[in-house]
Amino acid sequence: MSEREIAGKTVRFAEDGFMADPAEWDKGVAEALASEIGIAPLTEQHWKVIEFCRSDFAAQGDAPTLRRIMKVGGVPTKELYKLFPKGPAKKVAYVAGLKKPSGCI
Amino acid sequence: MKKLLILGAGTAGTMVANKLSHVLSRDEWQITIVDQNETHYYQPGFLFMPFGIYGENDVIKPKRDFIPPGVEMIMSEIELVEPAENRVRIAKDNRYLYYDFLIIATGTHPRPEETPGLNDKEWRESIHDFYTYEGAKALAKKLRTWEGGRLVLSVLELPYKCPVAPLEFIFLADWFFHERGIRDKVELTLATPLPGAFTKPRAASLLGDTLDNKNVHLVPEFYPEQVDPDNKVIVAYDEREIPYDLLVVVPVNMGAEVIGRSGLGNEMNYVPVDKHNFLSTQYDNIFALGDAANLPTSKAGSVAHFAAEVFVENFLRYIEGQPMTAQFDGHANCFIESGFGKGILIDFNYDVEPLPGKYPLPGVGPFSLLQESEMNHWGKMMFRWMYWNILLKGKEMPVTAHMSMAGKWN
Ligand SMILES: Cc1cc2nc3c(=O)[nH]c(=O)nc-3n(C[C@H](O)[C@H](O)[C@H](O)COP(=O)(O)OP(=O)(O)OC[C@H]3O[C@@H](n4cnc5c(N)ncnc54)[C@H](O)[C@@H]3O)c2cc1C
Repeated sequence: MSEREIAGKTVRFAEDGFMADPAEWDKGVAEALASEIGIAPLTEQHWKVIEFCRSDFAAQGDAPTLRRIMKVGGVPTKELYKLFPKGPAKKVAYVAGLKKPSGCI
Repeated sequence: MKKLLILGAGTAGTMVANKLSHVLSRDEWQITIVDQNETHYYQPGFLFMPFGIYGENDVIKPKRDFIPPGVEMIMSEIELVEPAENRVRIAKDNRYLYYDFLIIATGTHPRPEETPGLNDKEWRESIHDFYTYEGAKALAKKLRTWEGGRLVLSVLELPYKCPVAPLEFIFLADWFFHERGIRDKVELTLATPLPGAFTKPRAASLLGDTLDNKNVHLVPEFYPEQVDPDNKVIVAYDEREIPYDLLVVVPVNMGAEVIGRSGLGNEMNYVPVDKHNFLSTQYDNIFALGDAANLPTSKAGSVAHFAAEVFVENFLRYIEGQPMTAQFDGHANCFIESGFGKGILIDFNYDVEPLPGKYPLPGVGPFSLLQESEMNHWGKMMFRWMYWNILLKGKEMPVTAHMSMAGKWN
């Protein structure tokens, strides 16, 4: 566990670099985390995905897989790769303040 | 009479039917099991068929041979589960089967049609799979005369059953082409959506080294969108491409369609359950066991076996209105066939990743953990005998359902 100052807030991170508590997240944190990994600015499409992932996490307790974002969230996988290039499932979870996706094995 | 209905007579369904038929009173309980297929396949054997190590007859037996007396078996497709009515519609005679308790054990199945270009004109020509009996048979025929080139094994989606099977396939292919004297004419590539050879760090690093030593090219984080069968390339969502001469895939795996159709599954048709006791999160008289359940552990026969033990203990309490106190820990135990007569054993659960050490097995072991040995290869070969003679029949195995730290180096 470590702490960092992000967008004027103190935010805690787990050892794997993902946020420790989704409740410490807000839109300012999301923008700062996104620009850290080279995604800026966040467009309406980005927010749609981020919001779906946060509400799905709240209901399921796990960051959604790409197939779930496609089938339940209605965002085609191809588009996810454009919005969050190279590893969209992990990147969107990072920006959305969720824990690292479990990888399903 | 109370009615217990089991959907699916595969590994998990057959095991619990056997276990429960011993402990539930026949005067009080009627147990019924439904499956659409007469044949029980030993699926772990599909891995060995392409290389001629097992033949067709090594992996099939009639399902009925494993259903105990006193359990009614119905051969039919299951069409719809209607949980609000506590009934299931089956195709045979358009019948409804009513239940007090339902166990869903309909497994997970390869779905090649989910990937564009796969299930097309080149299917079973230059594109193969080994996750079905027919697929393994066709690939065996292909490999007998294949003269070499680029063989690419691509995992198309997570999760899939038996997470180590693609690695084993590649290890066995390396050995097979070596024996045939054409290893120098074959380029082996393993492409996976995972960040490495396996999810858990220590096993990923050991298995990654083993791939290197065998001169296998690993392409991690490769998430395929489609296959272009004319130009013989597989294309990922991030637009990377891998050219092949022979493509072997682990198709998208999904739970049975009837689960989705009945509103009981998630987007992959897996039934959401409590990961410690398998009770559906939606209905308090429905359980899901084996690959059909949405558990955060491997989809494997060994998991189904450990889970069945915990389930039976809990079920006997549950029907008496008592709390389910036994807790499943996600225990999985896999022999990984690594070629040249050797194997690797991994043992892990929800919380503990595969660790090196020794696995004590009374009367037979110890097996070395996370390390190649000949003994582990014999363990894998012995597994088939144990599967048909002990596991399916629900008899006691000399291993505990919960993972033990004995012998593991931390
Ligand atoms: C290539 C390969 C290698 C493997 N190697 C290993 C290994 O080394 N070790 C290991 O532990 N596991 C291994 N496994 C995994 C193991 O075989 C499965 O995890 C196990 O069989 C799961 O059991 P199950 O009962 O959940 O599903 P299954 O055994 O698949 O049974 C499901 C049953 O449901 C029936 N069914 C489904 N839908 C319907 C319907 N609508 N109507 C009627 N019937 C229906 C099917 O006919 C089937 O009989 C391997 C699998 C494969 C494919």
